[in-house]
Amino acid sequence: MRKTFLEGLLHRPLTEAPPVLDAADLAALATELDAVAQRRLGHSLSIREVDAGSCNGCELEVNALGNAFYDLERFGLRFVASPRHADVLLVTGPVTKNMREALRRTWVATPGPKWVVAAGDCAVDGGMFADSYACIGAVSEAIPVDLRIPGCPPSPTQLLKGLLRLLTPAR
Amino acid sequence: MVTLSELQALGQPVSAHRPWPRTLLTAPTWRHVADRLAAGELTLLGLWGEPATMHMAVLGAGERPAVAVFSIDCPDGRFPSIGQVHAPAIRLERAARDLFGLDPVGLSDARPWLDHGAWGIARPLASPPGEVGQARPYEFLPVEGDDLHEIPVGPVHAGIIEPGHFRFTADGETVVRLEARLGYTHKGQEALLRGADLDRAAKLAGRVSGDSTVAYALAFARAVEAALEIEVPARAVWLRALMAELERIANHFGDIGGVCNDAAFSIMLAHCGILRERVLRAAAGCFGHRLMMDRIVPGGVATDLDADGVALLRALLKELRLRFPPLVALYDNTASLQDRTASTGIVHPDLARRFGAGGHVGRASGRDFDARRNLGYPPYDTLSFEVPVLNEGDVNARVWIRIREIEQSLGLIEQILDRLPDGPVCVAVAERGAEEPREGIAIVEAFRGDVLAWLRIGADGRIARCHLRDASWFQWPLVEAAVEGNIVADFPLCNKSFNCSYSGHDL
Ligand code: SF4
Repeated sequence: MRKTFLEGLLHRPLTEAPPVLDAADLAALATELDAVAQRRLGHSLSIREVDAGSCNGCELEVNALGNAFYDLERFGLRFVASPRHADVLLVTGPVTKNMREALRRTWVATPGPKWVVAAGDCAVDGGMFADSYACIGAVSEAIPVDLRIPGCPPSPTQLLKGLLRLLTPAR
Repeated sequence: MVTLSELQALGQPVSAHRPWPRTLLTAPTWRHVADRLAAGELTLLGLWGEPATMHMAVLGAGERPAVAVFSIDCPDGRFPSIGQVHAPAIRLERAARDLFGLDPVGLSDARPWLDHGAWGIARPLASPPGEVGQARPYEFLPVEGDDLHEIPVGPVHAGIIEPGHFRFTADGETVVRLEARLGYTHKGQEALLRGADLDRAAKLAGRVSGDSTVAYALAFARAVEAALEIEVPARAVWLRALMAELERIANHFGDIGGVCNDAAFSIMLAHCGILRERVLRAAAGCFGHRLMMDRIVPGGVATDLDADGVALLRALLKELRLRFPPLVALYDNTASLQDRTASTGIVHPDLARRFGAGGHVGRASGRDFDARRNLGYPPYDTLSFEVPVLNEGDVNARVWIRIREIEQSLGLIEQILDRLPDGPVCVAVAERGAEEPREGIAIVEAFRGDVLAWLRIGADGRIARCHLRDASWFQWPLVEAAVEGNIVADFPLCNKSFNCSYSGHDL
C-alpha cells in the first residue's frame, strides 16, 4: 500500500488541461441560460444526476468525469446525493413513462434557482426511443431544460464542456 | 437425466430456425420440460412471447449441441406456467403477460412487472393492444413480525446509477427481506425492434444496455447471420472478439473500483478508474468510439483495425500488465477491505445453479459456465483461456472472478493481436434478404454474463420479432437472496458486486 501511495506522490498528475469552449461548442450547446441565475449561482455547482431511463451508456461517461483525467471537482462542480442539495439536475435517457413521475418529483424537490441539463441524444430529443409507447422523448417534454449536451453517449470531454458552459458568463 | 434430443422427439421440429433446433410442443410436453427444469436437469436460458406463442430456450447438461428452443402455441392467450414449478421463470412470465397479454396458467403471482400503469396502453405487443384498465397500487409481498420496519429506496438513487426501487424490511440493522421492483427504464425496445430494418435494429440492440453494447451488437449480429446463413469474414470474427474483450476489461476495472469504493476504500476506485479510462481511450483510438457502439454490424464490423491501432493496444497491454498487479496485491493485502467483502452477500451455489446465473455471479458460486467456452463460438474455439470458478459466493469471490477474468482477457487480446487474420471485415447482408421468414438465435458472453438474442426476419428482410435477454434476469433475484441477513449498510456493496443491468432487464 505504501508503495502505491508513494508512487502517487511522485508521479505527475494525470489530470488534463480543461477543454476550451470554442464558438462551435457554444453553438452546439444550445442553451437558454438565465444570466441572473448564472450570476447568483456563481462558480460552484452541486449536480444531481437523474437517469430517466437511459441505456446506462450516458451514466458510464458521467461517472468517468470523476476519474483522474477529468477531475470534475477541480472546477467546483460536484455530484450530490440528494436533489435538495442540488443546483443542477443532469438528466439522461428518453424519459420513460415509468420514470416521468420520479423525474418530476426530483425536479420539484430541487430548490431554486436551478438548472436542468439534458445529457445525451436520448435526453435531448428522445434519440432512437422517441417513438416508443413507453417513452416521452426529450427531457424538455417533462421539465424545463436549460442546456443540452448531445452525443450517444456524450464523451466526458463533451460533458465537461457542457458543464463548464454553465459557469461561463453569458456574452 | 433427460436429454434435449429426447424432448425434441416429443414435438414437431420447426424449419428455418438456426443454429439450434426449435420444437413445437403441446401443453403436456411443455409441462414436462418445466418439470425437468425444476428437477435441475436443464437450465432455463430464456422465456419470451409473441402474440400467440411462447418460446423458451434451455441448456442441456453436457451434450452438444447444448441449446434447444421449445415453443407452445397459445391461440387462446394461455400457456402452462413454468414459473409455478421453476422460480427463475416467474419474472419472465410476468413480463410476457404485461407485453403480450399471455396468461401463465398456474402462476400464483398475479402482479404486473414491467407495466407500471403509465404507458397509456395495455399489452403493447399483443395484436391488437389493449385498453388501460384501472391502475392499482403495486403490492409488495407482505412481511410480518414484531419490530420490523420497512425502508423504501429509489427509483432515484443517491449515486450515479440506474433507477430501480428496493423495498427493505429490516430488523434493526439486519435485512430480513429485500424485494426489488424494476421496470423503470422500460423503453419499449421490443416494439421498436419489430418492423425495423437490420441497420436500425442493430443500433437498437446496441442500446439495450450501454455497458454491454459490444456484446449485444454481437449477439444480434450472430443471430441475424445464423438466420440468413451468412459467413462472416475471419478478420471480422477476430476483431469482434477483440472488442468484446476490451469491453469486458473496461467494465471489470470499473466494477472492481466501484466495489472497493462502496467499502470506503476509494484509492482502488481512483486507480481502477485510470485503467478503465485507458482502455476506453484505446478503444476510441482504434475503433472511433469509447464504448465501441455500432462497431459490430450484421455481416462483420464497421471499422477495421490499422497498424496504429495494433500499436496502441500493445502499449495498452503493457501498461495494464504493469499497473494492475500492484492493485490486485493492494486488494489482497488490505485487511480492512477484505473484512467488508469476505463473507458478505453470499449466493449459495445451489441457487446460482438453479437460476442459471451467468457471469461473475454464477462463477463466484460454483457455476462453471461461460458461453465463450461452453458454446465455443469463434474465435474462442481456437483461443486458449481459462474460466475462473470459485465456490464462496460472497462479494470477495465476485471481485476475484473479475480480477482473474481481466488477466485471462489480457491474454486473449494478446493472442488476437498475434493471430489476427488479414482480409475483408464485412460482407453485405442487405442483398441476401430472405424469401421466407427465417429465425436465428445466438448466445454470447457479455462481461456480466450470457446475453441471448432470438429473432425472426420476415420475407421483407425486416425484423418481425426480436427478443434480447440480459444476464440480469437471472441475477436480480439472487441479489435479493444475497442481501438477506446482511446489514442494510452493506447493500450498496452487495449490489455493486453483482452490478446487474437495469436497462438490460427492463428493455
Ligand atoms: S444517448 Fe446513447 S448512450 Fe445515452 S442513454 Fe441514449 S442510447 Fe444510451
